[in-house]
Amino acid sequence: MKLNEIFKRESLFVPIIAIVLGLVLGALVMYVGGYDPILAYHSMITQIFGSTFDIGETIRTIVPLVMCGLAVAISFRAGMFNIGVDGQIIMGSLGALIVGTQIDLPPFLHGLVAILVGALFGGLWGALVGYLKASKGISEVVTSIMLNFIALYFSQLVINQFMLQEGTQRSQMIKDSASIQMSWLSNFAGGARIHWGFIIAILAVIFYQVYLNKTKWGYELRAVGHNPHAANYAGMNVSRVIVRTMFISGVFGGLVGAFDVLGVFKYVAISSTTSGLGFDGIAVSLLGGNTAIGVLLSGMLIGALTYGSQGMSFGAGVPGEIIRMVIGFIIFFVAAPGIVRLLFRPFHKKTKKES
Amino acid sequence: MDIIANLLNGSLVFSTALIFAALGGLISERSGVINIGIEGFMVSGAFFSAVTAYYAEAAGFGAMSPWIGLIGAFIFTVIFSSIHAVASIKYGANQVVSGTVINILAAGSTFFLVKMIFVGSAETPLLTNVFHKVRIPYLTDIPFVGKVFFNAYPTTYVAIALVIVLHFILFKTPSGLRLRSVGEHPNAAATVGVKVNRMRYIAVILSGSVASLGGATIVMTMNGNFAHNTIAGQGFIALAAVIIGKWNPIGAILAALLFGVAQAVKDQFQIFEFAATIPTEIFYMLPYLLTLVVLIGAGGKSRAPKALGEHYEVGKR
Repeated sequence: MKLNEIFKRESLFVPIIAIVLGLVLGALVMYVGGYDPILAYHSMITQIFGSTFDIGETIRTIVPLVMCGLAVAISFRAGMFNIGVDGQIIMGSLGALIVGTQIDLPPFLHGLVAILVGALFGGLWGALVGYLKASKGISEVVTSIMLNFIALYFSQLVINQFMLQEGTQRSQMIKDSASIQMSWLSNFAGGARIHWGFIIAILAVIFYQVYLNKTKWGYELRAVGHNPHAANYAGMNVSRVIVRTMFISGVFGGLVGAFDVLGVFKYVAISSTTSGLGFDGIAVSLLGGNTAIGVLLSGMLIGALTYGSQGMSFGAGVPGEIIRMVIGFIIFFVAAPGIVRLLFRPFHKKTKKES
Repeated sequence: MDIIANLLNGSLVFSTALIFAALGGLISERSGVINIGIEGFMVSGAFFSAVTAYYAEAAGFGAMSPWIGLIGAFIFTVIFSSIHAVASIKYGANQVVSGTVINILAAGSTFFLVKMIFVGSAETPLLTNVFHKVRIPYLTDIPFVGKVFFNAYPTTYVAIALVIVLHFILFKTPSGLRLRSVGEHPNAAATVGVKVNRMRYIAVILSGSVASLGGATIVMTMNGNFAHNTIAGQGFIALAAVIIGKWNPIGAILAALLFGVAQAVKDQFQIFEFAATIPTEIFYMLPYLLTLVVLIGAGGKSRAPKALGEHYEVGKR
């Protein structure tokens, strides 16, 4: 492979070099800080792949990141910046929790209904952002920030009033029939909390790819993202596209919330802040270039790094936050490929002379 | 009357941080560079102020150390703002992406540094010297107004002075006109001799430093140290204040004050008897609901600087 290809913006090499540079820079920071970077990365890799349990838990970390990445990416493709995934996750959790605790249904069906209601809650919460933008012209950045906080306190309100586990700071447990844990796989993976969301995430990636590139609605979405005025002139109903897109984005977010309740924790804890997963989703979608396969790969990378960072603090005494820095570096290099080019300029000149 | 005066006075504490952060965001966005990174700048400001003030205390600066902390935040945040500036101005990175990088990097590196410097501790040591409320002689004695405005932390006075100064610079001086022109139509500005990129560099770096004072304020008046939850979303609320305030300093501080009042209401509502029957969460929700309602009522058609988010290329028409 010719080195020159690094300098094509479109090439796959910019992200790969960005990842390498990010890890190297992270190692440098650790070295300067008096830590052992090789031991740190070694313990990180052990944490990710060390046992079937760890692999299972790594997958569990990756699933919500991929979903959040898709949620942010689909709104980006329609020209919107959705900071509201955190709120959509909370609404999804709430929807799933209500169905999981308050309703009696046979196993499997119960979980399915809970997931669907969670997705619907998230979707409507997202659609509200879209509606306010389309009909009132209010910036989606502002509304989604406000709705994050409103969702947080609304969910606390509902849980405190109707579903509080006496004497604790969390909701009641969902009924066993609503669980979506894949127990056979969990047993195989040493008790790692793997759930059906794993399958749904894969389906979501495929859906994203097909919807965006093979359907009329997806075509409209991309057209609105490129130029809403032109899309309007071409006879597309821009408002409807915006609301629809934000609904889908919200469904992705809502599913994440539903997975957490039904597959991982079995309850919702009353927390004073949102999960922040939606903001990680921004990182995932940016690194993945807002494409289906890109989001999948970057979600896997960021998820693995995030889970692996726990191993760094145990194994090498390095604060796990170093991985946040590495993720920041990676996105920085992807966003500004000019800097990568600058760093490689000496090599670039050499190869030119040789050829 | 006293209750309301206390409430408003309390709200100033919350508002001050938001005012700094919103002003920071405004400077950058007026020059045409989107600043999603305000949250990161606030984190940086909170961290650097806590650390410099800690070392200033150790060096025996006593009551001067919170001021040294503020200066530390202002100076060291340039590390982060210059990353945003170089990436988005020189290398044409997407400004939203670059701002997000700031948020991730600021959070990651400051928490890393806290654990590194204070060996394994998740937060910085509690400072003994923090800001205390200053009563301004005579003015405090004015009924109501005195109680609300003239018994506040020094940072509040700095923030309000900064709003006035910034408003004056933006709308009454040639530099302000240049800054705004760069954000509205960089090519036209360049034609009449304004150095677009230099203007934007100054704006973004200043933006980071001013926003960092918001983070520093929280450390120096409310918390007394820096921990992972010191800054939790205030930067995004400040961003919303910029947009609600229609990219105007006065508008932005009014929005920041609104959030401050709502924040104070939720902390002080217990003193009202009727409030006891209402679930707490309703009060927590109030500021955000109120904002939405205001925005829906106002139609929300706020006009952003025209060239916001556009990379400036020489000769592009």
